[in-house]
Amino acid sequence: MNLDYLFDAAHWDFSTGSIPQLIVSHLWYVFLALLIGLVIALPVGLYIGHTGRGSFIAINAGNAGRSLPTLGLLMLMVTLLGLGLLPVLIALTVLVIPPILTSAYAGLRTLDPGVVDAAKGVGMRPMQVLFRVELPMALPVLMSGFRSAALQVVATATVAAAVGLGGLGRLLIDGLAVNDYSRVLAGAIVVAVLAVLLDLVLALAQRWIVSPGLRASK
Amino acid sequence: MITFDDVVKVYPGGSTAVDHVSLELPTGKMTVLVGPSGCGKTTSLRMINRMISPTSGRVLIDGKDIADQDEALLRRGIGYVIQHAGLFPHRTVLDNVATVPVLLGKTRREARTAALGLLERVGLTEEFAKRYPAQLSGGQQQRVGVARALAADPPIMLMDEPFSAVDPVVREGLHREFLRLQQDLGKTIAMVTHDIDEAIKLGDVVAIFRQGGKLAQVGTPQELLTAPADDFVAEFVGRDRGIRSLSFDSAAELPVGELPADLVLDEAGRPLGWKSAGGVTPTGGTFTTSDSLRLVTDLAISSPVGTAVRVNAEGAADGVVRHHDLADYLATRRAAS
Repeated sequence: MNLDYLFDAAHWDFSTGSIPQLIVSHLWYVFLALLIGLVIALPVGLYIGHTGRGSFIAINAGNAGRSLPTLGLLMLMVTLLGLGLLPVLIALTVLVIPPILTSAYAGLRTLDPGVVDAAKGVGMRPMQVLFRVELPMALPVLMSGFRSAALQVVATATVAAAVGLGGLGRLLIDGLAVNDYSRVLAGAIVVAVLAVLLDLVLALAQRWIVSPGLRASK
Repeated sequence: MITFDDVVKVYPGGSTAVDHVSLELPTGKMTVLVGPSGCGKTTSLRMINRMISPTSGRVLIDGKDIADQDEALLRRGIGYVIQHAGLFPHRTVLDNVATVPVLLGKTRREARTAALGLLERVGLTEEFAKRYPAQLSGGQQQRVGVARALAADPPIMLMDEPFSAVDPVVREGLHREFLRLQQDLGKTIAMVTHDIDEAIKLGDVVAIFRQGGKLAQVGTPQELLTAPADDFVAEFVGRDRGIRSLSFDSAAELPVGELPADLVLDEAGRPLGWKSAGGVTPTGGTFTTSDSLRLVTDLAISSPVGTAVRVNAEGAADGVVRHHDLADYLATRRAAS
């Protein structure tokens, strides 16, 4: 086993199947899954957290989603829907929904009730309470949920290759198929580095969007 | 004027928080709702800005039923100060204060400029404007809370145990400043506290609630101290209410005796202390004609020679009061009334 594949310049041009091209398609799946997950899970989580209604959904959906095997779900979706991007996105979205949903819910439920009371008491309407007070205050918890969703989906998006799509899973699956362990290793390393870099970017984003008042101390 | 008209609040589950309360909170005065925990005082307060709605009965502001008014608009017109201040931790002090004006449609710039003036009003310097609530002490947070409530200049303020989360020394200072502020502003204030001393000190009118959400007595502090309606009120206002009612009696009429020889004065006639074997013992304090009989009593009792010293506006001693002078004065006064 060696790093030849990873450091071979020929694998770093932008041709089809090259590492940069696989990174781009990999990130595309990650981006789509996070986006769809956010669009579904964030409103539901915020609604449950804001109203306190249906908290069993937040807790149980979270646990159920976490215990679903992504590869199994993907195969089921392919059987039902045929090959393509859709079954992959469904499988990955199911993976990102639980951490986003639970963190949105938990972020709102753990807020200081005195502050929320004050927000209503000074005359904010329910949506103003949610968007001007609850959501900004819940951002640290929400962001940690989103970061954990992003990490999971970066690692798991490799399954796309199992049903004939691109992404860094190609290096793993094709490498295994031809016993090219250098290629498998390259895939594993690139996925790991990508995960770390993505988390770093999100950490910077978090610093930028979370009010300094929420990490300020005397 | 805020009017409670036969207000009842029964919580789901059947516990009665407020039981047929009728009460008037006069305009421009501070009414303190006080009582043991679970007496319905906070529930009553929160019914004024519709944070809680009554089960039956009405709450009126200047004769208008608040149940007919838009909740959010009603609240924007009523200052709201709560225990621990309830500041928004993600906003700067300045933006916290600017909250209500912004809700009312002022631009952020206008609201911030006005907020700076308010900070000063509650005794905070401009350097606090850019800080976040977590960087302030409890007392400072409470000042910001008061500034936030005052920002839109509402005619009414609700204060739910605003001073209970700060230590006694800071609380004392906040009380003083708050009384001065209220003297300037003349807001209609409803305040909740469980501390009867605070109620008596701050309230123009005090409403004492008893367990089960019933009103026990409403009156001026002096009325409550001198003529408690029943044993509950007498017990609640405390055993030393005789002494405390002296807070409302001026020392202006109190006759004073001539300065005794053992009182040491400086060149300007200011008292330095009492001659004693070891030199001079400090007087421990003096009073003027604008002080209360309570202070004079306290000075006479704590003085090493049982004598309170009166000073004039320049600080020069102009008379003394001894234990028995005080006792005689109170006895004559009682006989006269």
